[in-house]
Amino acid sequence: MFETLSYTVLQQYWWILVSLLGSILVFLLFVQGGQTLIYQLGKTDSDRTLIINTIGSKWEFTFTTLVTFGGAFFASFPLFYSTSFGGAYWVWIIILFAFVVQAVAYEFRSKPDNLLGKRVFDAFLFLNGLLGTILLGAAVSTLFTGSSFIIDSSRHSTWTLASRGLEAALNVQNLSLGLAVFFLSRVLACLYFFKTINNEEIIERTKKHLLYNAIPFVVFFLLFIGLLMFKDGFSVNPATGEIFMQPYKYFHNLIEMPLVLLLFLTGVVLVLTGIILPVISYVKHGEKGIWFSGFGTVIAVFSLFLLAGFNNTAYYPSVADLQSSLTIANSSSSHYTLTAMSYVSLIIPFVLIYIVYIWRIINKKKIDINDIERDHVY
Amino acid sequence: MTQLYDASLVDWSRAQFALTAIYHWCFVPLTLGLSFIVAFMETIYIKTGSEEWKRITKFWMTLFGINFAIGVATGIILEFEFGTNWSNYSWFVGDIFGAPLAVEGLMAFFIESTFVAVMFFGWDKISKKFHLLSTWLTAIGANLSALWILVANSWMQYPVGMHFNPDTARNEMTNFWDVLFSPVAINKFLHTVSSGYVVASVFVLGVSAWFLLKKREIRFAKLSIVVAAVFGIVVSLFIIITGDQSARLMAKHQPMKFAAMENIYEGQRKAPLVVFGVLNKNNTGDLDRNDFSLKLEIPNFLSSMAFLDANAYVPGIRDIAQGDSEHGIMSAAEKIQKGKTAIQALKDYNAAKKANDTTGTKTALSVLQTNYNYFGYGFLTEAKQTIPSVKLTFYSFRLMVALGFWFVILFVLALVFLLHNRIENKRWFFRLAIISIPLAYLASQFGWVVTEVGRQPWVIQDLMPAITAVSNINAGSVKVTFALFAILFTLLLIAEIKIMLKQIKIGPKDGGNS
Repeated sequence: MFETLSYTVLQQYWWILVSLLGSILVFLLFVQGGQTLIYQLGKTDSDRTLIINTIGSKWEFTFTTLVTFGGAFFASFPLFYSTSFGGAYWVWIIILFAFVVQAVAYEFRSKPDNLLGKRVFDAFLFLNGLLGTILLGAAVSTLFTGSSFIIDSSRHSTWTLASRGLEAALNVQNLSLGLAVFFLSRVLACLYFFKTINNEEIIERTKKHLLYNAIPFVVFFLLFIGLLMFKDGFSVNPATGEIFMQPYKYFHNLIEMPLVLLLFLTGVVLVLTGIILPVISYVKHGEKGIWFSGFGTVIAVFSLFLLAGFNNTAYYPSVADLQSSLTIANSSSSHYTLTAMSYVSLIIPFVLIYIVYIWRIINKKKIDINDIERDHVY
Repeated sequence: MTQLYDASLVDWSRAQFALTAIYHWCFVPLTLGLSFIVAFMETIYIKTGSEEWKRITKFWMTLFGINFAIGVATGIILEFEFGTNWSNYSWFVGDIFGAPLAVEGLMAFFIESTFVAVMFFGWDKISKKFHLLSTWLTAIGANLSALWILVANSWMQYPVGMHFNPDTARNEMTNFWDVLFSPVAINKFLHTVSSGYVVASVFVLGVSAWFLLKKREIRFAKLSIVVAAVFGIVVSLFIIITGDQSARLMAKHQPMKFAAMENIYEGQRKAPLVVFGVLNKNNTGDLDRNDFSLKLEIPNFLSSMAFLDANAYVPGIRDIAQGDSEHGIMSAAEKIQKGKTAIQALKDYNAAKKANDTTGTKTALSVLQTNYNYFGYGFLTEAKQTIPSVKLTFYSFRLMVALGFWFVILFVLALVFLLHNRIENKRWFFRLAIISIPLAYLASQFGWVVTEVGRQPWVIQDLMPAITAVSNINAGSVKVTFALFAILFTLLLIAEIKIMLKQIKIGPKDGGNS
């Protein structure tokens, strides 16, 4: 089946899959967003335990999606893996540290004799929420703003800046996407709490925080999109593979790929709908918000990935040496490997089905502190 | 693929990978084995309906949960380290190596992480049978994760199912099934997961023995020991069979590692197996023989074990390094020469391609293909660079095997005492069982030391030495991250041990709150 597909089609198929994983990951960052709200929404120890336990049963999904995103990128576009991870060393190391401390924090925080104390593990959760979202957002933004590396004929890469990727966080556009992702993750967390927590005081505080975070999210997101639409982009000449700068490249990409434009607009509208519905009537729509905004996040981010890689665009551009930029065509695995991996990808729908099924079982009803005490406590 | 990096960067990158891998492996074996032990216990609970078994299941599940999280946390580092610290490696073999990692994520991690949540949070939300299924799926998912990463590791030790593409300067997969079903991969998977089952069995046995020593939870402890000892005996047999096969595969595919592990310098027929010996000196990279100051050996046994023929010739370190025409062994010097020819041919190929010189391209390609099997040797300068640390591999192997046999005795004793209903007054046995817990972890780590130290200098056997696989970063950055990992992981390990000990002291709770 997949053997008959051309190399280009397989490369595009894998770009779509990696994009899908990346966009699901951004949605699942609501776990991280929730972690930064623990002390703002929970005023007592039992409040905080309740909040942590509602997101706690989901942390592994986010974590696993990040790992799978990395693995899939490695398998399908290994040149990105070797160039970006080895090059932007410090950014990735900080992200990794932020995720290491997250995983243990959940399991260790409430256990007696945990060496560092509950507060330290909660601080780990906060750091993960703060750094994980901002740095992942900034890293995604470099797909549009570029990085400083050179690749030689043996595909060895050299990062030209000593800051090793940290420079990305100083670029206004990168930072605006980083902050947009940070505030979006908090918005999604608030909407998730509406759906899962049965505690009036926490919900009242959550309602306020939904707005506090929705406003900066919209501001930073619009700033990012504005800068994106007006900037020069990294185009590829499909005949020669040569990379060149094209004014308003990403705006053109949107116009030239109407389906992507449609996805993007639908995504944005859904995210906003999810935020507005509970504001209009919490009683009627409070629990629906997460579905609208969650689904909207997935398709909006998905469309951004397509914007970065499709329509003859270099998805990991180099500002140090334009011709070193990575494109879907020049950085992928071989035809054989992409074919073999495509067969493996057929299990993705089954994975999604059982995840959704299990998720529904676990979240069948809202929980309060009494439910937690009967169960496994984080 | 033609660059060499400074020794300090290579050493620190290796040190960091070793550090993070060792820490990761402090937690994984218990996850692999305890997941099955818990599944057995819950199955008994469902079959018997006995609340006592529910209590037992939940207690071990709590310990599983504490260990599981830190195993996951330390694992993410390893995956991304291939990119951050071994980026040239990532490109050179990413076309093959990346695939198992991706499959691992899609097929195994999601099963594991989805059903582990049900296991912990689903007791009152779903039917008993569905909960049991989730527990089994968690165990299967965890073990499937191990399968894929071990396939990837085996491929580095015995690269198959691929060819080198000079246009992309990398190895490309030609047969996925060859990679997945390579005999080295199958055996490594079975041997490694079995080692996890042994660790978990010793852990359950040791912790239960502590309860018996304290005269607490007698029935709980005895029932736990039954499960651990039976499982332990079965998987120990398995580990012996797969271990034996491992040695044979190593002798065939990685003869230098095998010779180092056995401290054989001069090849011989009817080679004896040194059961235990004391080496005179640490002679990494040295071609001079390292004599034993003391040894206990079984005549002919090494030849029989490695080649199923008591008369078989076992090549020594010097034969492999210096060559032995009588036995058809090419010297390292000749391999280095062939490797350099291959590297030069790749350069010539690129130059000819650039100049549109079709004949030149064909000639260079032919030279490259003829010599490609020795490509990695081209980055070495002298024969002694091909010799791994003899002392470390020799001792690690013996300690691993000796401890492995000790655990079999431990399981058998536990069962015998239980069957004769005499276990309760065996305080010496309880103490031995408790001390065996750290020994089980050590044995498992020794296994990895043999595998990974023994294959040096290769990252990919014969094709890529560590000196050319690293990322192009300054050694200072790696030193800093090494220190950060060392501090963080040590803190987390101490925290985990403290939490575990406390939970064990608290003991199983009535009603089984996990």
